[in-house]
Amino acid sequence: MIPATFDYHSPQTLEDALALLQGHPDDAKVLSGGQSLLPLLKLRLGAAGHLIDIGRIPGLEYVKEEGGVLKIGGRTRESALEHSDLIQTKYPLLAQTAAVIADPLVRNLATVGGNLAHGDPANDHPATMLALRAEVVATGPNGTRTIPIDQFFLGLFSTALAPDEILTEIRIPVPPARSGGSYVKLERKVGDFATAASAVQLTLGAGGEVASVGIGLTNAGPTPLRAADAEQYLTGKQPSADVIAEAARRASAIATPSADRRGAIEYKRQMARVLTGRALKQAIEWAKEH
Amino acid sequence: MAQHQIQVKVNGTDHKAEVESRLLLVHLLRETLSMTGTHIGCDTTHCGACTVLLDGVPVKSCTVLAVQADGREVTTVEGLEKDGKLHAIQDGFWQEHGLQCGFCTPGMMLTSAALLANNPDPSEAQIRQAISGNLCRCTGYVNIIKSVQYAAAKLRPEAG
Ligand SMILES: Cc1cc2nc3c(=O)[nH]c(=O)nc-3n(C[C@H](O)[C@H](O)[C@H](O)COP(=O)(O)OP(=O)(O)OC[C@H]3O[C@@H](n4cnc5c(N)ncnc54)[C@H](O)[C@@H]3O)c2cc1C
Ligand code: FES
Ligand code: FES
Repeated sequence: MIPATFDYHSPQTLEDALALLQGHPDDAKVLSGGQSLLPLLKLRLGAAGHLIDIGRIPGLEYVKEEGGVLKIGGRTRESALEHSDLIQTKYPLLAQTAAVIADPLVRNLATVGGNLAHGDPANDHPATMLALRAEVVATGPNGTRTIPIDQFFLGLFSTALAPDEILTEIRIPVPPARSGGSYVKLERKVGDFATAASAVQLTLGAGGEVASVGIGLTNAGPTPLRAADAEQYLTGKQPSADVIAEAARRASAIATPSADRRGAIEYKRQMARVLTGRALKQAIEWAKEH
Repeated sequence: MAQHQIQVKVNGTDHKAEVESRLLLVHLLRETLSMTGTHIGCDTTHCGACTVLLDGVPVKSCTVLAVQADGREVTTVEGLEKDGKLHAIQDGFWQEHGLQCGFCTPGMMLTSAALLANNPDPSEAQIRQAISGNLCRCTGYVNIIKSVQYAAAKLRPEAG
């Protein structure tokens, strides 16, 4: 399969990339790892007149903590995130998410920014970023702005990024002590999108109660979902087996998955419940040990 | 621009070509450069038959534009053998019968060679994880794992 013709541009600086986006307001697309965009163009499910490849712009790939914030460069590869010592030791939710995205070959090219900018509720990072209460940094012709993750996903394949903006960074608050996270995904095989998946990030208080919690659901509706009711229910409570079960039930109640070859609606909703329960338990275990 | 003058080093040799923006790396290799060792199995980024090393990193060449490889190094299965001597991973697939039809084999070997370059003594789980983006319809993977283990042992210094 061969994509329809397009013009390809390989700017060396962010300024040049932004100018190219502005110069082609109606039909330019950012090309990052290409692992979502190129398959779409090949299947001719999408088209673009101009691809602006950000692959040669220096300074867009990094993972670092600075001033109480974890900063992930927009073009950071999934494989880099997966193998980062900092991520493995301190951000289990991110490490576990990166490790189940697509397959190792796709992860060598796919980027975290691309995973979010694609706006696909079946992608795994969106729910994780909801749970982590991340912010997305967008750079456009008028400088940068920061978009809270809750305002980022507008609909199926639609995000708050303007056509002339580039996602340059993801910011995540550094978790306090006694924090933990977990991503639990049900997939039919490696490289499949989630039948259902749940992302949990939480912090335990001095008495073992849940001091704060974020829960995100993958592939459970037209956008990634925050399980706000379950979060509120859990906050301040001792996470007993019953409380976890009730929180998982409340999380799955907001799921509006569609039926497809991965399963029926009711099955997927049940899976969202089961997986949220498991993710909560694993996140609590991690928080107790760290 | 819709046409690009590119230079790609494939298996140590520089190649210049004029390519369309939309030309895929796998087609540059197979059609422009007539190196048909890199296979196309699915064309939907699922099978890994088209795996090549791009600056040493295994990627699916059906999902990379040829122009993205401009100025970079590509290793294909044709580049594994050196001076008439098989690469240890090729020897491994031969010794342990790691292939049946052979369609997945170029991709399997390149992914495995990249694994061994970073991890000389991988566990079985690590091997399975590394090749999880390469599909084989024939072998059931058991002999592929043995082939990679054979190559790992051969490559380790103490093996001599
Ligand atoms: C076989 C296969 C299996 C997969 N399985 C999974 C899976 O299990 N889970 C999962 O989450 N994903 C999966 N994916 C999808 C893919 O891995 C991700 O969507 C990928 O991370 C996208 O990143 P990319 O850099 O390749 O984006 P690209 O393909 O380059 O871009 C995707 C979209 O985002 C836009 N974009 C990219 N970067 C930016 C930026 N910095 N600023 C503005 N816009 C930008 C592009 O214009 C395009 O519209 C799979 C893909 C394949 C081929
Ligand atoms: S041909 Fe490239 S992944 Fe199948
Ligand atoms: S040997 Fe036939 S597909 Fe692997």
